[in-house]
Amino acid sequence: MSDQNLYERYHRQIILPEFGEEGQQKLLAAKVLVIGAGGLGCPALQYLSAAGVGKIGIVDDDVVALNNLHRQVLYSVNDIGSSKAERAANILQQLNPEIKIIPYNERLTTQNALTITDDYDIIIDGTDNFSTRYMINDACVLLNKPLVYGAISQFEGQVSVFRNKNEYDVNYRDIFPDPPKDGEVLNCAEAGVLGVLPGIIGTMMANETIKIITGIGEPLINQLFTYNALNNQVYQLSLSARKETRSLIPKDESAFLQTDYEWLCAAPVQQNEIDSNVFNNMVANGNVDVVDVREPHEMPSVNEFKHIKIPLAQLAESTSLIKSENVIAFCQSGKRSLQAAKILSGIFGDRKKIYSLRGGIVEWKKQKQTV
Amino acid sequence: MLSCYYFMGVKIILFGKLADIAGSSVSVDNVADTDSLVDSLNKRYPELATTKYVIAVDKQVITENTVLNKKSMVALLPPFSGG
Repeated sequence: MSDQNLYERYHRQIILPEFGEEGQQKLLAAKVLVIGAGGLGCPALQYLSAAGVGKIGIVDDDVVALNNLHRQVLYSVNDIGSSKAERAANILQQLNPEIKIIPYNERLTTQNALTITDDYDIIIDGTDNFSTRYMINDACVLLNKPLVYGAISQFEGQVSVFRNKNEYDVNYRDIFPDPPKDGEVLNCAEAGVLGVLPGIIGTMMANETIKIITGIGEPLINQLFTYNALNNQVYQLSLSARKETRSLIPKDESAFLQTDYEWLCAAPVQQNEIDSNVFNNMVANGNVDVVDVREPHEMPSVNEFKHIKIPLAQLAESTSLIKSENVIAFCQSGKRSLQAAKILSGIFGDRKKIYSLRGGIVEWKKQKQTV
Repeated sequence: MLSCYYFMGVKIILFGKLADIAGSSVSVDNVADTDSLVDSLNKRYPELATTKYVIAVDKQVITENTVLNKKSMVALLPPFSGG
């Protein structure tokens, strides 16, 4: 496309005195990553593409479903079953062929989050769950990337900009230090959402992004904006950074890689405690790894059944030693093995069944004597 | 839902799920500061005690107990995850 056409396309914003050709050049040089191409992501992507943001990344591993269409306005019925990231990239490329759009048809995880976000100047969080939101927040703090945050529930929305430039800049953990557990806060699928609400909030997120890139106006840095679609009430709060927040965020890349965000947000797992009888049956049936999580010197020693010794402190990094589908942890009294079961459940999720021997090896030996 | 209550002249705005829990009319005596306000609310609405939210006084999010006066405006906001 010629410079003339380029000028024509963006003419109506270029003639704004605050914006000008300089603003347009800044947009064309900008790289924005939109995580989540759903209710918030669709309108944000549309306006950023139309405005001429030079490079846009779209992360989403989901496919279009019929119940998305009332609010995810990029897609149509023909797109049902197709990858959101790829469909969105295709549709937006037609809207503006002059910009670069990169779809990432994958789920954002600790393994890919830092690599993907590092390629972009500004990150937009349009995801639909707390574990990803906390992970994106922490990644942006670690990489000093500005994060445009938006979230919705039913008829209400929140917007903020976490600049992440210095220690006085507020991030999401300054507002809500710890993630709520699963089920504590309902998501859109459970609580419902008015279709136009993410349109309003997602468009505001695009607006904040354009303001940060071009340097015009006052972005919502250290401010939380809230909007109620039913009564049009808006409420804007001032936020301040907390000293203790930094301690909640992984201190470096390797700590980030080891953080299990899904586990942090998971509903408290019912730890399966078993008594000596059940324990004996399970050991006799086989297909079970028994793990002694005590320190090596602790007595009594155990030679009645086969087991692996992994002290509790080394458990998280030694899980490759555990092969069976069923795992029973034991310790002296049954307390540490409960902790161990929690750690293992966090690591293995649904892939293994984790148990803890109630009363520990002391109780087990006592039962054995009475038998 | 968003609704406003008046506690001894202190205006309280509740957002999201919090407004659903607390209903439409509340009156609490002796709320000199945010800690006592939270105590009173928790006694009356036990569900609030297990719900995450942030407190703002006069449009500033607070992290410590804050003294309230008759003109204070308190807001309680829950986190939203939807996108």
